[in-house]
Order: sequence, then structure tokens, then C-alpha cells
Amino acid sequence: MSEAISHADVRHLAATHHEQSFVRRYIFSLDHKTIGKQFLTTGLSMLVIGGILALLVRWELAWPETAVPGFGWVPEPIMFGGIIPPDTYNAFFTMHATIMIFFAVMPILVGCFGNFLIPLMIGARDMAFPLLNMLSFWVALVANIIMLASFFVTGGAAAAGWTSYPPLSDIPAYSGVYWGQNLWCISLIVLGISSLMGSVNYITTIINMRAPGMTWFRLPLTIWALFITAILLLLALPVLTAGLGMLLFDRVAGTHFFLPSGGGEPLLWQHVFWFFGHPEVYILILPAMGIASDILAVFSRKPIFGYRAMAFSMMAIAGLSWIVWGHHMFQSGMSPVLGTSFMMSTMVIAVPSAIKTFNWLGTLWRGNIKFTTPMLFALGFVSMFVIGGLSGIYMASTPVDIYIHDTYYIVAHIHYVVFGGSMFGAFAAIYYWFPKMFGRMMNERLGKVHFWLTLIGFNVTFFPMHILGIGGHMRRIYNPTQYDFLLPLQPVNVLITRGALLLGFAQLFLVVNFFWSLFAGPRASRNPWEANTLEWEAPSPPPHGNFPGPLPTVYRGPYEYSSPLVAEDYLPQARRLEGRVAAAPAH
Amino acid sequence: MMSWLPEGVSTFAPQIDRLFYGIYYLTGAVFFAVQITLLVFVFRYRHRPDRRAEYTHGNTTLEIVWTVVPAIILVVLAFVSRSTWANIKERIPPSDFEMGVTAKQFNWEAHYAGPDGKVGTDDDVVMDNDVYVPVNKTIRVVLRSKDVIHSFFVPSMRFKQDAVPGHEIPIWFKVTKPGKYEIPCAELCGFGHSGMRGWLHVLPQEEFEAWAKEHKIGSTAPAAAHG
Repeated sequence: MSEAISHADVRHLAATHHEQSFVRRYIFSLDHKTIGKQFLTTGLSMLVIGGILALLVRWELAWPETAVPGFGWVPEPIMFGGIIPPDTYNAFFTMHATIMIFFAVMPILVGCFGNFLIPLMIGARDMAFPLLNMLSFWVALVANIIMLASFFVTGGAAAAGWTSYPPLSDIPAYSGVYWGQNLWCISLIVLGISSLMGSVNYITTIINMRAPGMTWFRLPLTIWALFITAILLLLALPVLTAGLGMLLFDRVAGTHFFLPSGGGEPLLWQHVFWFFGHPEVYILILPAMGIASDILAVFSRKPIFGYRAMAFSMMAIAGLSWIVWGHHMFQSGMSPVLGTSFMMSTMVIAVPSAIKTFNWLGTLWRGNIKFTTPMLFALGFVSMFVIGGLSGIYMASTPVDIYIHDTYYIVAHIHYVVFGGSMFGAFAAIYYWFPKMFGRMMNERLGKVHFWLTLIGFNVTFFPMHILGIGGHMRRIYNPTQYDFLLPLQPVNVLITRGALLLGFAQLFLVVNFFWSLFAGPRASRNPWEANTLEWEAPSPPPHGNFPGPLPTVYRGPYEYSSPLVAEDYLPQARRLEGRVAAAPAH
Repeated sequence: MMSWLPEGVSTFAPQIDRLFYGIYYLTGAVFFAVQITLLVFVFRYRHRPDRRAEYTHGNTTLEIVWTVVPAIILVVLAFVSRSTWANIKERIPPSDFEMGVTAKQFNWEAHYAGPDGKVGTDDDVVMDNDVYVPVNKTIRVVLRSKDVIHSFFVPSMRFKQDAVPGHEIPIWFKVTKPGKYEIPCAELCGFGHSGMRGWLHVLPQEEFEAWAKEHKIGSTAPAAAHG
């Protein structure tokens, strides 16, 4: 390994030798594990806010223009005695999606688990650039604060959808939103800087700082996923930043990038936004795919089925994700001929996802499956992701998309992918790595209640949205009962909202379990799940510098479960077998 | 589930519904196959202390099969979809009647030729939220927007097209059943987005002609409208 690493090693080793003040240790920490926990804290807090916004939106759709219980205190003109007015409603779903995508799912999967796991799983003492890492968190926190502040400015928060199509997002008079939309742009520009710092760090760390013996094809799939995600982040976020810059200039500096009145082009925004936006979808799902792959192998006590196919299919997804953005624009007025070519690439990108699904099933086949809470969420991930993947085929077919575009069919699809996929993956990850992060086990019984209630609540909420979509129910409408053809569908809306309330209630079990376990959970051993990867070589929780003594040496791939070489059903990557070292397979 | 689909009343509806049903059966089959396999595996291979999982890293033949088969199915689906898409959005057949629809916050303006017999001039006959067309005729509409992006959506026709400011987007349709159909706006267009809806009134030819005469519509013939 290169010289740069030995320098970093020396620096980190030195750092372990002196006592750090509270502030350096827990607040302005350079330690990747603390930074990961900081991202987890902000991510979970924003998840709560995003979830409450979702429930408010659902209340309005089930019982339009009635007072939301418990929200009578919200001042006018945001709400009127608990009743949500249409402009606030638009702000609520806009901010729900923005917060969930940028401030909850990304920070939890990429910010928290990327940070916490990369050095531990590749056998490094920290990230390549610890200071940059710390800055990445604090810059993200500034973006968080700006986004939340936008609720409190005159005109309210952004209300043009998370996709913020101009001219609606461009001219304040069209939406009635003034500084809210500007702050939305500024917050996401700032967040882009944070992700840039994070992604550069992840990529450098994974390329340069792998432990001795940790070849590329001995990396756990979680690390492959995070590596590919970091590349997508590095390349996609600046495109969004460029678009946001143009939008902001249009709003405050009198430019006309997206305004036809000055020769601009509204569709330009859609191209820029979705050129970022589609890789973004994979930024949200790839880490969950990697995490689920690892957890499925651990609790099936079996090697992952088709390791290389799993790694290559993620690369294929990442590569293809750059040429499918037009499928968001089939009905936008873009040339219909172009629509056909985007349909082709979109159909093709479904193939690597299919490969992954079959490989997950292959991993379970003839396994010895232990139903721990992380495993239940990983299984839930596979099951829900399949639904989200299959529903995507409908909208990939351009003629069918004519009908279902901008309906609840799309809302169902995105939630099966981002909640059923990414969030189930995130839940699995929290239960799985909690012992390593905090040194204590979570409660299994509460975890299982959380899983089953979440699975049921999730499906009661999102499955019937397919029915709404088939019925033609548009997205982003304030009151479905204004339309004659939607009246028969109103009971479905009520059912969905009841499901959403159950889903929200289910999360209380996670909150209770999290805090209870944090302080009173049984102490976790070094390797409670009997897993192979390097993070389980470190103490729970790992000290500053991660591995006391020398860095581990890697002798084999991460999935040697039930190997015939040993009596027990796992064979850690760092365990040296006398006489058999060289013969160990690389995968 | 598909019974929730509104009645289809345009020439597009049977073509789109055929694909919709096709994909429904295809994905339905895959859905059940995968979910049942998952459940069977989870049940059959549940943990027993006396058993050991099979040590295998994969099966190349199997993996090639489950890569190639979905790839073929999806590419075929793309080709099948392609011609329907072209029929609806790429090729505009010769029209029997021409008009314009202009979206604005939060109305659909229907534009008909005025005394000069041309659509898109100052003497157009304009009505808010009521679009009258004859049944079984090919209608050509130029879709415009005055302010933000809207989306012209007629669920019963299985038709949708965004209206974009700065663009004049030609669309066409042929409705096969007289009646009154809702035209919601499908693209978020501001605080009045919900409730932005018009009505598509589809009349038999004679009734439509009487209506056109009553409202002094300049021409119902395509030749004049081409002007």
C-alpha cells in the first residue's frame, strides 16, 4: 500500500494516545465513527419531521379541508385552526419529499453508514481526509438549518414540488412563495458541497486505504455499493447545483434561463434536474442493496450467490443511470422520438436489478436462515424492492406512461423503491450495526414488532396507491373530492391514510428500542452475529483508530459462511488458517 | 385491480389498455413467482441447529439464464410499446377538425376559429373549461400555456400531454363515445392546481354542428383551419 497511508496511520495512532476534550471528541470530532453517528442523529430527526409532513398530507387527502387533530396551534396563514390551506399543502408535500430524500435517506445511508462502515470494513483507521469529513457534516448541518428555516419566512416554504419545475418555481407570483424557494435552492447548493466533500473522501479512502490483502474482489458488497454511490454523488450533485444556480439567478438576478419570456426554456430545467435525478434514485437504493446483500449472507450462513455478478450489476446500474433521465419526461413536450430511445435504455436498466433479485433468492436457497430483526428487514427489502422494480416497468413503457404519468401509480412506485427499498435497508442496517456503533444490543422483541407493524403499515399505505393510479388519481392534488371521476376512489384514500397512521405509529417502537438499548441494552460482544467482515474484528464500540494493535490482514473474501475449511459456520476475513492461506478463494 | 380503470372512450384506449394488461399479467406472474419462492425458501431453509448451509458461490449457467431471459422480455416489450407510442404521439393523422387549448392558472381555455375561419387569431371564440368536440372525428389541438407548466389529462381517453409555456405542442385524438369527460390538470401548477379542471363535451356530429353554429364558430372543416 502507498506511503500516504502509513502517514495517515501514524497520525491516527498518535491521535489515540492523547486524551481529547469533550468538544473535540463528540462535537467537532474528526473520527469517522462519531461523524457517522452525527449524520444518523440528524438523519433520524429529519425522518421524524418528514414523516409528520407525510401524515399531514395524508390527512388532507383522506378527510379534505377538515382540521387535523392536535394542529390547532399552528398560526395562520400556515394553517387555519388545524385546517391545511392549498398553498400550505403544496409546501408540505414539497418539503416532505425534499427532506426525506436529501436530509433523511441520504444522510442515514450514505452519511452515517458510509462514514461508519467504510474504514471499519476495509480495515483502515479512519477516512483519508478526517478534517474534510468533519466539514462535510457541519456543512450538511448548515443546509439542514437553512431548509428548516424556510418554513418560517413570509410566503412559506418551497411549494413547487421536490422537482421544482419552472416557471412555477421561477416566478414568485405563480406560486406565492418568495424566500422559501430561494432558501430551498441555497440549502441544496450547500448540501451539494457537503456531498462533494463526502464523496471525494469515500472514493479516496476505498481506493487507497484498504487493509493488506483486501483486494477489490474481497470487498464486502456494502463497500462496493458505497464506492459506486460515491462516484455517482461526485458526478451527479454538481449538475443539480448548476441547475439550482440558474434557478436562483432567475429568481433573484433577473436572468431567464428557464423563462420563455426572455428566450429561456422551461424544459432545460427538467433535463438538468433529471440528469441528476435519476442517478440520485440509485444513490438512494445502491447502499441499501449492498447492505441487504451482506445481511442476507450473514443470516443465511451462506456465501452471497454470484458475488461478481452482484458487483458488476451495481456498476451496470450506475453506468446506465446516466442515460435514462428522459423517462421522467415522456409527456413533457420533449420530442416523442427521443422518448422511444429513453424507453429502450430504461428497459435495459431493469436487467441488473433483476439479476440482483435472483441472486438474493439464490443466497437464501439451501441456507440456514436466522430470523433476527436485521434479517427480517433485509428480507422485507427484497420483497418490497421487487414490487417497486416491477411497477417501474409500467411507466417505462411509453404508451402506458401516457396514462399513469403524474398519477398515484408513480407515487406508489417511488415509495416502494425509496421506503420499501432504501428505508427497509436503512432499518436493517441500524439493527445490524447498532451493537458495533454503540456497544449494546438492541431488543429483538421490540425490533420484530417494529418490523411487522412497519411491513403491514407500509403495504396498507402504498399498495392501494397503485389502485388510485389505475383509477387516474393525479399526484399533488389538494382535494380529490373535487373531481367526479375520483369520488369512487375516496374510500381508498381513507384506507391509505389509516395505513400511514399505523406506519407512523410503528416507528415509535424503533424510537423506544433505540434509546432504551442505547442506555440499557445488554453489552455487545465483539462479533455478536458471527459475521466475517473486518468491522467485527474491532471491539464494540471500536476505539479511536478502530483496531487496537496492528491493522488486520485479509486472507479471503467476506462471504465464507459454512465453509468446509472450518468447523464453525463462519470464517472471518482476517482469520489466518495455517497452511491454507494462499489457497483460499478470492471471492 | 385493473377494474378500477375508467371506461376507455378514445381510439388510444384499446391500444394502451392492451399494453397495460399485458404488463399487468407479466409483472403479476413475476411478482407471484418471486414472492412465493422467497416465502418457500424462508420457510424451508429456516434455521435448525443441526443443519449446515450449502457452501456455494453461485452457478454461472443459472446466472446467465436469469440475465438473458429478462433482457429479452424487456427489449421485446420496448419494441411492442414503440409502435403504439408512435401512433399516439409521433404521427398525427389528417385531421377533421382543428382547435386550440391554452392552459393558464387555473383554467383550460378552448380556442375555436372565429369569423376568419382560423384558430389562433384575435377573433377566436374562447371558452373557459368547456371543450366541445364531435365524436368519431380526428381532432387536432395545439396545446399552449400562458404561465406555468400544466398537463392536459383526460383519463377516459387515456391521454395526457404537458402544456409548456413557449411551446406549441400539436396533439390529436379521436373520441369514440359521446359524453362529458373530465379534464383535470395533471402537473402541479400552483395553489389552485387541485380543482383546475375542464369538461370535454363529446357530441354527435349534428349536435356539434348546431352547437358550432350557435356559438358562431368560424369553421369546423380542416381546410379552412389550416389557413
